[in-house]
Amino acid sequence: MRPLPTDRGTCPFDPPAGMADEPLSRVRLANGDDVWLVARHDLVRQVLGDTRFSSEIDGGFRDVPLHAVRPEPGMFIQMDPPEHTRLRRLLAGRFTVQRMHRLRPRIEQIVAERLDALERAPRPADLVAEFALPIPSLVICELLGVPYAERAEFQRAGAHLMSLTGSLEELEQSLMSLGGYLTELIARKRAEPGDGLLDDLLDSGLSDEELIGIAVLLLIAGHETTGNMLALGTLLLLQHPAQLALVRQSPETAKTAVDELLRYLSIVDVGMYRRASTDLELDGQVIREDEFVTCSLAAANRDPALLERPDELDVTRPKAPHVAFGFGPHQCIGQNLARLEMEIAYPALFRRLPGLRLAVPLEKVPFKNDMAIYGVHRLEVEW
Amino acid sequence: MVITVDRERCASSGQCALAAPEVFTQDEEDGRVVLLDENATGPEVRRAITGCPTQAIRST
Repeated sequence: MRPLPTDRGTCPFDPPAGMADEPLSRVRLANGDDVWLVARHDLVRQVLGDTRFSSEIDGGFRDVPLHAVRPEPGMFIQMDPPEHTRLRRLLAGRFTVQRMHRLRPRIEQIVAERLDALERAPRPADLVAEFALPIPSLVICELLGVPYAERAEFQRAGAHLMSLTGSLEELEQSLMSLGGYLTELIARKRAEPGDGLLDDLLDSGLSDEELIGIAVLLLIAGHETTGNMLALGTLLLLQHPAQLALVRQSPETAKTAVDELLRYLSIVDVGMYRRASTDLELDGQVIREDEFVTCSLAAANRDPALLERPDELDVTRPKAPHVAFGFGPHQCIGQNLARLEMEIAYPALFRRLPGLRLAVPLEKVPFKNDMAIYGVHRLEVEW
Repeated sequence: MVITVDRERCASSGQCALAAPEVFTQDEEDGRVVLLDENATGPEVRRAITGCPTQAIRST
């Protein structure tokens, strides 16, 4: 049995070598589990669009075996219909395209403030710590309704939670302390409601446990994902100065660039698992009940059947139906927020600092080869 | 050609409203698709149909 490919070798912006060798194959995870690996665009859409491939799963990371779970309250990413549908519809009204348009001025302000901070920071500056991570963190605080005075604490808890390099015990500890903070925040909101997403949900019939689960999930899902895209996307564009210039010049190109960068980098690759809830057929192959399946979103997004010249970065191409945000009923609920953050942040950065450049050789940049969400740990820049 | 939407299948991802905002919008409460122009055609509409993650939009 071949291991799940993880080696990006000398091509840090490409999917791990060998990922797309076979459209459907058996691979072994680092934890010892054997799973089906799906690596073709149409098959990935088929699996993620079919809820008979159940999402009620945990494990798969480190040495934790994959196993079916009864989902924790609020963790709708691990739920199947009808529970998943119920929770998702309660939240989705807060993430509509129209709502995101209304958030634009606040995000522009947050981005401008982070650029001010970046300019004040000693050089070379770490773009991850000063710019890429704080932006989504502050935007999530804004969205959830975390009071200003507590945002620094919230950011620290979130950043700690996201640095998955610690032990499992440490991870559980930070989840506990975040849960503790959110319990107390929700109690205060019940006494004196504000205007955040959590406040809106107070009267929707959800328990406090469900509200906390939702808040933790949105924090995790919205934080390091966008943070890694901002840093890794900037690094990629710095290697392609002509493409970077296009993003800087035209707001329309900044829009198409966001989806092209999402497709090209696919920072969430494998790691979302499904379990066959019954015997199923996929590409002529029988997947037995209780077998696990994972999809390579990165391989699917470089599939020549999806678009021409899939390995070429072209920020002007029209948005392809890529699967960087997943597919099916679980497709990222915050994707339009993520798009907006990137659409604002990339050109703002390149306009404010036209001389932006790497302060270290590319080989010295610490890539997150060991993490569930791909990106860079640090990005030392000069201008 | 007439566009139809299946609001039961819709997962409120907003891909249609992003691709073709003159044809599709989202319900303010639950984010589900609202069809604004059932007779619309063109590349944006095709992009909305292929981009829908739950295949809730059809053109017949």
